[in-house]
Amino acid sequence: MSEKNTTHKEPFLRVSKRKELTPRQSFGLKMISLLLALIAGGIFLAVLGYNPFVIYGTIITGAFRSTLAVQGTVKIMIPLFISALGVTLAYKMQFWNIGAEGQIIMGAIFASYFGLFHDNWPRPLLLLVMFIAAMIGGGLWAILPAIFKNKWNTNETLFTLMLNYIALHIIAFLRDGPWRDPANPGFAKIATFTENATLPKLFGVHIGWVIALILFVLVYIYLKYTKHGYEITVIGGSKATANYAGMNVKKIVLRTIFLSGAICGIAGFSNAAGSDLTLATGVAGGVGFTAIIVAWLADLNPVGILIVSFLFAILDKGSSVIQSAYGLSTDCSDVLEGIILFFVIAGGFFVRYKFVMRKKKSPEATSEAPDMKGGEAA
Amino acid sequence: MSFLIKFIVAAVVAGTPLLFGTIGEIMNERVGHLNLGVEGMMSLGAIAGFMAAYRSDNFAVAIAAAFLAGAAGALIYAIVTVTFMANHTVAGLTLTIFGIGLTNVIGFYYLGMSENGTMKLPEHVTSQMRSISVPGLSDLPVVGELLFSYNPFIYIGIVIAILLAIFYNRTQAGLNVRAIGENPAAADAAGVHILAWKYVNIIIGGGICGIGGAFTIMITNGGVWISDCVGGLGWIAVALVIFAAWKPVNAIWGSFVFGAMRILKYYVNKEVIHIPDAFYDMLPFLVTAIILVIVSARQVRDKAQPAACGTNYFREDR
Repeated sequence: MSEKNTTHKEPFLRVSKRKELTPRQSFGLKMISLLLALIAGGIFLAVLGYNPFVIYGTIITGAFRSTLAVQGTVKIMIPLFISALGVTLAYKMQFWNIGAEGQIIMGAIFASYFGLFHDNWPRPLLLLVMFIAAMIGGGLWAILPAIFKNKWNTNETLFTLMLNYIALHIIAFLRDGPWRDPANPGFAKIATFTENATLPKLFGVHIGWVIALILFVLVYIYLKYTKHGYEITVIGGSKATANYAGMNVKKIVLRTIFLSGAICGIAGFSNAAGSDLTLATGVAGGVGFTAIIVAWLADLNPVGILIVSFLFAILDKGSSVIQSAYGLSTDCSDVLEGIILFFVIAGGFFVRYKFVMRKKKSPEATSEAPDMKGGEAA
Repeated sequence: MSFLIKFIVAAVVAGTPLLFGTIGEIMNERVGHLNLGVEGMMSLGAIAGFMAAYRSDNFAVAIAAAFLAGAAGALIYAIVTVTFMANHTVAGLTLTIFGIGLTNVIGFYYLGMSENGTMKLPEHVTSQMRSISVPGLSDLPVVGELLFSYNPFIYIGIVIAILLAIFYNRTQAGLNVRAIGENPAAADAAGVHILAWKYVNIIIGGGICGIGGAFTIMITNGGVWISDCVGGLGWIAVALVIFAAWKPVNAIWGSFVFGAMRILKYYVNKEVIHIPDAFYDMLPFLVTAIILVIVSARQVRDKAQPAACGTNYFREDR
């Protein structure tokens, strides 16, 4: 049998493990991936007949061309940044939650209840209640799949996906029925919040950005310097190890997932009370999915998330400028984001693996095998 | 009676794009790849099928183009997840965002070049994609309408599903493919070409999704281009895979059931049964979520996701 094995042809290219890269090499790898992605995106733009350098330049200048544009960019960044922080908690535990979209929506619904029906409360109190309600809403929506996962090992990816759409249609239900704005008989919508229920502005952008920065610091400390954060890392590495170390894995999963959902809920609150000033069906608008991509690109590192979500916000904002200036659809930002991520996650392969070329057939190589055999026998 | 027949016919038509998406996703998950890019692959199929029909005025060319575009999207996914062993969830979501984005960019580009800012398929191809008419059979009462009154997509979908069922259940190769999704290490040890089969299944599955996307623009939307034409059907297809218990034959009737759910709100007498529209729209997802919980609670191995789904296989790790 071993005779046959040795005559088996070695593939031209095979995959082999390598020593893990240092963080610095890993960063360099990402930059190379990013560069390749920009080249690929540039080729795409060139095929459509545009000058890639002009388009890339316009995207960047477009996001910063005026105070208003910068404020717009920050506004796009806020929900993306907050929800990416949220999903990071879940992903650190290898809990494949893709329900950020639904959790954002639930947070917005819970907050909107107080915003719509208790707007006579003093503004600070009302906003605080809305904030807490949003956390509870998002947290509960996230903990549901975690409960089933704990109890019956229900697939959380598929379950959270379903919950996204259930949440979306709950808004539609509220809009068409119980929460419909009676002042608007023709067109079903939910009433605009009164000023009491809206987030105040600081430097021209609603204070969602302040909330985001505070969350950033909290999540960073939580993951890096607390016992909870340590437990999350251990469970992410291996549930068996965590069990062996005496951790109550199920409890920790529930707690972490609740927090993860609660943070996404805050993004919903910030969107409803800061940007939309009402509860709209588009309150999440795909942010929950993009947030997953952001978190992943950033290696689940809060500082990285800050950078990546800022870059994505620039892409988004800049793409709206290229539509008006060059007649190229705003969806260009999605295409570029997609290309970047494809390259970066494919590049992530080289952090742990490498390709090995088949060695050229030389007399030494063929004589090597029997030698080793002989060594073994001796 | 005629009301019921009308309802069933409408349900079948509404379910057809789901049938393609579901079969495509089953092919992916059967080799262990949870591909959340269905929506993206369907979108790519939609723009390719539409533009091919627009330019060539030929239905067969349109279907081929839709298949190739969906397959191209799947190829990217396969390279990233099979060869480069990236995370399936993230790669799939990226494919969806990328696919929808690219579709809208291309659609927008061609709309800008068209004379009056709209694109409508020419008459010849629309006549080819209309409902078929089998002499003698289509005129039969009840049966004619129920079985022989649809557009060609529906028959293509059913044939693909049946062929796939035969492949999985009646051939050695099909059994091997299923083994890859359940236990790739065992399949590898048994000499199954894991990489090759993964690529083949993912790419063909993507192509089938692409045909479903072409349906949404050519039939559902009557051959007039709009952006975001797939409109979330890809996600319903991902749900439907669970409902169909990863079996192609179940996908046939399952997609018609889901199609019925999609159109139910137009057929229920609102004066008698008063349920808000949003609940009808929620129904497919709610039903799927409940099934997911029940199946996991009862631990029905036969109706569960392929065991290795969502994980990458690296020979040296086993």
